[in-house]
Amino acid sequence: MTLKQCYELLEGDYEDVLGRMRKEALVEKFVLKFLNDSSFETLRQGIATRDRETAFRAAHTIKGVAQNLGFTKLCEVSNLLTEELRQDWGESVAVLVRQVEAVYERTTAAILAYKEECAYEKS
Amino acid sequence: MLYNFEEICYDNGNFEEEKEVAFLAGKEGEKYKILIADDSEMNRSILADILENEYEILEAENGMQAMEIIDAYQQNLSLVLLDIVMPEMDGFDVLAKMNDKGYISDIPVIMISSENSASCVERAYELGVADFISRPFDALIVRRRVDNTILLYAKQKKLIGLAARQIYEKERQSRLMIEILSHVVEFRNGESGQHIRRVRLLTELLLRHLNQRTEEYHFSQQEIASICTASALHDIGKIAIPEEILNKPGRLTEAEFAVMRTHSQIGAQMLDNLPIQQKDPLIKTAYGICRWHHERYDGNGYPDGLQGDQIPIAAQVVALADVYDALTSDRVYKKAISHEIAIQMILDGECGAFHPLLLSCLTEVADMLKEHLSEDDFADDPRRLRSVVEELLQREELTASDRTLRLLEQERMKYDVFASLTNEIQFEYTITPSVLVLSPAGASQLDLPEVIKDPYHDKQLISVLSACGLDSLVALLKSATPAKPEVAYECKLCLEKEERWFRIVFRTIWSEETQQCTGAMGKAMDIHDSRVKTDDLERMASTDQLTGLLNHASSKKRVEALLAKNPTGKFALAIFDLDDFKAANDTFGHQFGDEVLVQTAKRLRRSIRSNDIAARVGGDEYLLFLEYTSELEPTIRRIFSALCGKYGDFTVSVSLGVALTETLGADYDTLFQAADKALYTVKRSGRGGYCFYDEGMQDTFSVISPIEDIKG
Repeated sequence: MTLKQCYELLEGDYEDVLGRMRKEALVEKFVLKFLNDSSFETLRQGIATRDRETAFRAAHTIKGVAQNLGFTKLCEVSNLLTEELRQDWGESVAVLVRQVEAVYERTTAAILAYKEECAYEKS
Repeated sequence: MLYNFEEICYDNGNFEEEKEVAFLAGKEGEKYKILIADDSEMNRSILADILENEYEILEAENGMQAMEIIDAYQQNLSLVLLDIVMPEMDGFDVLAKMNDKGYISDIPVIMISSENSASCVERAYELGVADFISRPFDALIVRRRVDNTILLYAKQKKLIGLAARQIYEKERQSRLMIEILSHVVEFRNGESGQHIRRVRLLTELLLRHLNQRTEEYHFSQQEIASICTASALHDIGKIAIPEEILNKPGRLTEAEFAVMRTHSQIGAQMLDNLPIQQKDPLIKTAYGICRWHHERYDGNGYPDGLQGDQIPIAAQVVALADVYDALTSDRVYKKAISHEIAIQMILDGECGAFHPLLLSCLTEVADMLKEHLSEDDFADDPRRLRSVVEELLQREELTASDRTLRLLEQERMKYDVFASLTNEIQFEYTITPSVLVLSPAGASQLDLPEVIKDPYHDKQLISVLSACGLDSLVALLKSATPAKPEVAYECKLCLEKEERWFRIVFRTIWSEETQQCTGAMGKAMDIHDSRVKTDDLERMASTDQLTGLLNHASSKKRVEALLAKNPTGKFALAIFDLDDFKAANDTFGHQFGDEVLVQTAKRLRRSIRSNDIAARVGGDEYLLFLEYTSELEPTIRRIFSALCGKYGDFTVSVSLGVALTETLGADYDTLFQAADKALYTVKRSGRGGYCFYDEGMQDTFSVISPIEDIKG
C-alpha cells in the first residue's frame, strides 16, 4: 500500500499535504505519529465526564492536527464537534462524537494497515 | 502553479537570507531560540521539524509553561509561535501577559491557529502579534515568515541602538559646546568652574520636584532638558562687564553695581541679536532666563521689575538655583556659607522674594541637594574643557588674575612633564589627614594607587616597604627638624617582580606658625643597578681572589668591629702558615702551590663556624678569629689537625700561633703581633705545631711582615 492509497482509505487529501510538507518522508513520519496522539483519548474522557472545556479543546486539537495532516474527513467531523462544544454542550454533541469516533477509527485503521504492510514489505 | 512560483522566489532569495540569519544569530554560531507553544504534541513536533535546522526550539504545552519560558529567557528568545486554544492559559492570555510585562515589543509572536475567524485574527493583531498563520499551514511559508520576522526585529533592534547612540552623541556634544562657552564666561568671573554645573543640577532637581508637587506647572522631559541647558547661559551677559568690576574683591560702589546689573539685559540682548533660529524654543527659554534671572517675586528685582507670574517660571527656578549656589560657594567678595544657613537665608527673604511654591520645593529637596551636588555627575574630562577654555582666553588681553592662573597652570604642566620624563617615584605626604599621594608614574611603578589614605595601615604599602620597614622611615621622618628638614635613605622596595634598591629623599614641611611638621614631599629613585655594582665591587675588594677568603685589610676591619662591639668577650686570634711552602712551589711549580693554598682555605673554611672570620693575610699565611666560651685548646687542636694532611705528593703541615683577648685585651694590633710571635715560637721549635702566646714570647721575632704595611 502506498501512502497515497492510505490517504484514499482515510478520506484525506494527499496532494494537499504533500504540497505543504514537501517531502513524502515527512508526511509519513507524522502520519505514523498520529497513532500515538492522545487527543482522542482526552476527547473521550471529556465527553464521559461532561467536561465541556476539555472536550472542546480535544476536539479542537484533533481538528488542528487533522488539518495539518490533510485528513479531510476527520477534519470535517471534528470541526463540527468543536463548534458544537464551543459555547455550551450542544444538542448534537452525542451524534457528532459518534461520527468523530467512527472516522477516527477508520483513520487509525488505515494508518495501521499501511504501517503493517510497510513493515511487512521492509522485512 | 502558485507553489512553483513561490518555490522559485524562495530558492532565489533563500541563500542571501539564510546567510543573514546566520550572521545575525551571531556569537559562536549560537542559534536563535524559538518557543513553540501548542497543547498538541503532534503540532509542536511538526513545527519543530520545519524549524529545528535553523533554530533552537523550546516547547511549551500550555500558556503557563509558555509564560515561564518567556520570563526565563526574555530578550534571548527570538520568536514565539503561539497557538490560541490551550489549557491553563490560552494564547490570548499569554499575549495579554506579554503586553503587561512589556515583552511584546521586543519578542515577536506569530500566532498559528485554525481559529481563523476575522475577529480572532483581529484580536491577535490588536494584542501585538507580528503575524498570523492559519492551519493548515505550508511548511515553507512558516519558515519564511519566521525568518522574516526574526530578521525584521533584529534589524530594528540594531537600528534603535544606532539611533540612540547617535542621539546621545549629539546631545553630549551640544551639551559640551554650551558648557565650553559658558565656562569662558565663568572663567573670566574667576568662579570655580562648578557654578554652571551646579545651577543646572539644582534647576533640574527643582523642576522635577515641581512636576510632582503641582498640576499648575507641568514640564515634559523635553522642556526640563531645554531649561537645564539654557540655564548654563544665564550669566553670558557678564562677558561685557569690565574685569575690574567683575573680579573686585570688596563691595561694589553704587555706580559699579549699576554696571554689574546690566549683565542680564546684555545677555538677553546677545541672544536676541543672534542672526539664526530666533524661534527655537531653547533660545526663547534662554532669553527669558538671561533677562529675568535677577527678577524677584515681589517686583524688587531687575532689570524690568516684573512681579509674580509675570516672570517666566524657568527664570524663577534658575534664579533660585543661582542664589543658592552663590551663597554656598566661594566668591572673590565672600566666603562660602553652609548649606543649612544658605537655605535659612533664602527662606528668610535675605536674597529677595521667591515664589512660595518654589521655596517649599527648595526645602523639600534640601536634603537631596547636598548629596547630589557632592556627586560628580559629569563623566567628561574637565581638564579637556579647561584647556579649550584656556585656548580661547589666550587671545584675550591677559589681566593679572588670568596671568596668575596661567602661570600656575604652566607650573603644573612643567611638573607633569618632568615627572613623566624621569623614572622617579614622586610623593607627597600630609600628616593630618594622613594621606600619601604618589605621582602617576610612581604609582604604576610600585603598583599602588595614586592616593593612599592612612598609609601607616595600608597593607599594599606596607608590603612594598617590607624590606626596609615602614617604621624606620617613620623614625627618619620624626628625626627631621626645621633646621635640617631633608632626609635621605637607601633601602630596598618590594616591587611586583623583585626587590630593588631605592634612594628615598624627602623634605619635611613645617608650619610657620606652630613649628610643627605638617608633612613631607620627595622622591624615590631606583638606584638598584649602581648599588648592586658597588656592592659587587666592595665584595671583590674585600676578598682574596685566589681562595675566596677575606683579605687582610677587610678581615682586620671585621675583627675590629667585633672587638668594638664586645670588648669584654672571649676571642682568639690565630695566625698560621704552611711549612715548607717554598719547597712545594719549587718542586711542583707555582700552579701546584696555588692549589695547595686553595685546598688549605677549603679545609679551614670547613673546620670553622659561619660567624668565625677566616682570611688569607699574605703568601701562605692565614688568619683565624673566633669567639669561644669554654675551653679553647681542643678547638684549636681540631682545626690544626684538619689543616694538616696530604695534597698530592706534598705533605701539608702548618705552624699556628694563637693570641687571646683574655690575656691581651681587645686590641687588634696587640693580638696580631702576639699571634705572630707565638707562630715564630712554633717555627723555631721545629714547625708542625701550634702554641698560645705567653709573656715569655714578648721579645721574639715576627714571622709576618710589619703591621704598618697593611695599615694603608
